[in-house]
Amino acid sequence: MKKKELPDNRGKYGAYGGRFSPEVLMPALVDLEAAFKKYSKEDVFQKELAYYLREFAGRPTPLYYAKNLSEKLGGAKIYLKREDLVHGGAHKLNSTLGQALLAKKMGKKRVIAETGAGQHGVATAIAAATMGLKCEVYMGTEDTVRQKLNVFRMNLMDARVIPVDSGSKTLKDATNEAFRDWIANIEDTYYLIGSVMGPHPYPMIVREFQKIIGEEAKKQILEKEGRLPDAVMACVGGGSNAMGIFNAFKEDANVELFGVEAGGKGIDTGEHGAALCAGTNGVLHGMYSKILQDKYGQIKVSYSISAGLDYPGVGPELSYLAGEGRVKPTSITDEEALDAFKTLSRTEGIMPALESAHAVAQAIKTAPRMKKNQVIIVNLSGRGDKDVFTVAEALGVKL
Amino acid sequence: MRLKEKFSELKKKKEGALIGFVTAGDPTAADTIEIAQAMIRGGIDILELGLPFSDPVADGPVIQKAGERALRAGMNPDIFFETAGKIKGIPKAVLTYYNIVLQRGLDKFCADCAKTQIDGLVIPDLPIEECEPLRSACKKHNVSLILLAAPTTPDDRLEKILEEADGFLYVVSVAGVTGARKDLSAQVKPLIKRIKKRSGDLPLAVGFGISRPEHVKEVLAAGAEGAIVGSAFEKIIEECLGDKKEMLHGLENFARELKTATTRREIGGDTHQQEGKTLK
Repeated sequence: MKKKELPDNRGKYGAYGGRFSPEVLMPALVDLEAAFKKYSKEDVFQKELAYYLREFAGRPTPLYYAKNLSEKLGGAKIYLKREDLVHGGAHKLNSTLGQALLAKKMGKKRVIAETGAGQHGVATAIAAATMGLKCEVYMGTEDTVRQKLNVFRMNLMDARVIPVDSGSKTLKDATNEAFRDWIANIEDTYYLIGSVMGPHPYPMIVREFQKIIGEEAKKQILEKEGRLPDAVMACVGGGSNAMGIFNAFKEDANVELFGVEAGGKGIDTGEHGAALCAGTNGVLHGMYSKILQDKYGQIKVSYSISAGLDYPGVGPELSYLAGEGRVKPTSITDEEALDAFKTLSRTEGIMPALESAHAVAQAIKTAPRMKKNQVIIVNLSGRGDKDVFTVAEALGVKL
Repeated sequence: MRLKEKFSELKKKKEGALIGFVTAGDPTAADTIEIAQAMIRGGIDILELGLPFSDPVADGPVIQKAGERALRAGMNPDIFFETAGKIKGIPKAVLTYYNIVLQRGLDKFCADCAKTQIDGLVIPDLPIEECEPLRSACKKHNVSLILLAAPTTPDDRLEKILEEADGFLYVVSVAGVTGARKDLSAQVKPLIKRIKKRSGDLPLAVGFGISRPEHVKEVLAAGAEGAIVGSAFEKIIEECLGDKKEMLHGLENFARELKTATTRREIGGDTHQQEGKTLK
């Protein structure tokens, strides 16, 4: 039976989601929702987006059978959804192309974005460059140092990176600053949010632009295996690649969905980014969701070796699906993710992004306990080239 | 005294309300009591106390920094209510973000407000669509949930806000974050006029970017009943962190300058003459 479409007309996924935004932004959020509903239904828009996704981004991406890894583990067959092959090196472009196109249709001249590691910033810069939009990206000063290569990449594509020096100087503060910019420049600016988070309609818009991952994967696995997978695994920071692949399988009750969060140094150390596993209900960045906070409601600083998972909240639909028992939240530590990074590189010749390595690590843990005729799909959301310095440092190698 | 009573008292005296905002706990909770007293001596009519949140999206750099200092110095909701309870003789409101209210529990938060004579709650990230649970809790404890309207708020939405508004309407003068600005936003006068057509007896208080006596005068002349000044007070605190005497002195004098501007409504807001010393 098909479940009720979510979000509801108030932008809620059960109790989660909603629109906790300053009054100044509310009319813009209402307009954005209307514009999305209008354009995304139009053939012209869908054709144009399909063109960009095919000719520019390189879709569809392969669903690759990781034979060596599967045989080494001796359990379930592991398939990799190769979002690392999307132009720019990650799934992020699916949504930035969609949103930039939407911004253009809405007559906006400028897009702004927040970025942690810089992946969403780079994907926004790419989309803005190809569509002729002015692009400015907020990034915590800590991150501009840790990820200076991405800062340079953005600059090369004519995007301006604005360092954010407030609070913890990381992704959550960059997000605050992007909201402040949007509040002040609502007329000509489109705020291009990077994940299935923020106030309604953003979690819905980003999911809708990312759901192509799961639609492709479902078709591909049916072609290759003639059946649905037993499990789908994706890393969860804000949750855009996870919702992107889960969406197509949400109603297939026999497909287990693993939302793999950043365990950092271990959940019990308090240094992690696992809002689904260890967070509590609250409001951050315009949404009611699971967040990491203290007993007074102050937001905690998250931690992960992978900057893309280093966020103290998570998209509201994932909080809902986890609450319903549909998504199983798990966590993988830095160390396990690094091991998975090495293992996949050696066995398959594929270097995963450290974010995606969390999902790979979960597959490495789970596959041996499954039967050989069972199937796992791992969303390989990004490639690891951006992480080689971090990995080298963690391994004590000097480059 | 309740907010409503204060506004009607001032109306009789033909004065506008000067609402002074400071972040509680900056630089320390004990200082906040002295800071409030200095501002009261200077003549503020209503005190708005900020309860800091780690991620204040509606605030500009000055109030952000004040919040960070306060949090580092240990401010939390328990200490906040203890501190607020010690500030007497003036109607009070609290400004904080929704998650802080939510985690304390809506009912407990409102009960604590009532207990410490805080008569109004201003929650900048709680729009009308989401405010029902808190509104019920406020009603139960007889405190006002102060709603906000912005230059971007369209008329139909404004009417919905006005239906639910209580205490006073917080008019956001500019599509932007809090912070002192040299000139008053051009958006503010048409906005006040637009709201006035629909707001009946509900007092309007204008905030965001109000930092000089002439700004106060202008918004009152445009028809508002009050002006809210925050970042400009915070700036004095920030500049005098090492010298409390200077800080209290500066706050009191600045409050006095601003208050003077509320007592001369007949002068009108279209004159740009300088009155007294303005903030550097």
